[in-house]
Amino acid sequence: MTFSGIDAWWWPYLFILIAGWFATDFWRYAGVLVGRRLNEGSQAFEFVRAVATALVAAVISRLILFPTGALAETGVVLRIVAAVLGFAAFKLAGQRVVVGVGVSLAALAAGMVLGF
Amino acid sequence: MLWFLRGMRTNFSLPTFILMAAFVGFAGFARESGIEMAHAVFMTVMVWALPAQIVLIAGITAGATLPATMIAVALSSVRLMPMVTTLVPELKTGKTRTRTLVFLSHFIAVTAWVMATERVHRVPRQFRTVFFIGFAMTLSLLNVGVVLLVYLFAARIPAMVLGALFFLTPVYFLTSLWATARAHVVKLAMVAGLALGPLFHVLTPELDLLLAGLCGGTIAFVLARSPMFRPKGDGQ
Repeated sequence: MTFSGIDAWWWPYLFILIAGWFATDFWRYAGVLVGRRLNEGSQAFEFVRAVATALVAAVISRLILFPTGALAETGVVLRIVAAVLGFAAFKLAGQRVVVGVGVSLAALAAGMVLGF
Repeated sequence: MLWFLRGMRTNFSLPTFILMAAFVGFAGFARESGIEMAHAVFMTVMVWALPAQIVLIAGITAGATLPATMIAVALSSVRLMPMVTTLVPELKTGKTRTRTLVFLSHFIAVTAWVMATERVHRVPRQFRTVFFIGFAMTLSLLNVGVVLLVYLFAARIPAMVLGALFFLTPVYFLTSLWATARAHVVKLAMVAGLALGPLFHVLTPELDLLLAGLCGGTIAFVLARSPMFRPKGDGQ
């Protein structure tokens, strides 16, 4: 039952449907069922929003500290420095996202060129 | 219809560009992993969550079984549930059908969630679902186009460029989430999640996001209610 285990044109699609679509949209539909009953501004809403935000924040630090693929070849110190510089620039520029992203990317690129 | 078009137009913006850049990285990764173009496109349409798609490809190339791959993907996608749960009350009116919400929920992923959280409160409530579908469906289709273009035309993408493209996403999430945090509790949750994410990644790599979300969210929720954190003022 692996991706290449069954030699039929439809098998990869079925594999993606079950292991990909079902495994992902299951959570989205569960979110609709709960969210339908929540009101903005209620205590329960506030709590779920805090959980959702902390989750996304954990995704952010994972992408910076433990990346996969090509980014994994850069040094962890360089990535942290680039992210911190970007965030500082973002705050100094009156919370402009473009500035933060631009400075971070420039710092990362400079670090890569210099061989960090 | 006007609000559908306005939703579509929201894609002329930095976040959409960043997500497209991230999908250039995804398509490059999928192609190097030996995934066929049709399968990569099908994945993007049906899954529409970048981390889940990367976990799916990792399972495929490792020769993992269907149940094992499904569990790994499901674990990486739990985060979508609280995101959908908080966006739905902002999008719905008393008359919105569940069918509509189920349909639009498929298009909720991190970028769409961050952008919608930022913009949807400026849209009159009765038009919010239409606005969101116009925006998020277009975002999804644009990235299907990106995957196609990379497969058809891009030569091997240099590792350095791929690395830089992958770095755009976390930095964008970090700054835009902070910029749109109106309530104090959201900033507390961000700090808690940023700190707990790596900790749980080392302790329990399989459940790290879920545990960091639950613990970080609970800590932020409790702290925001304690008198110690109140006088600092909300929205600062």
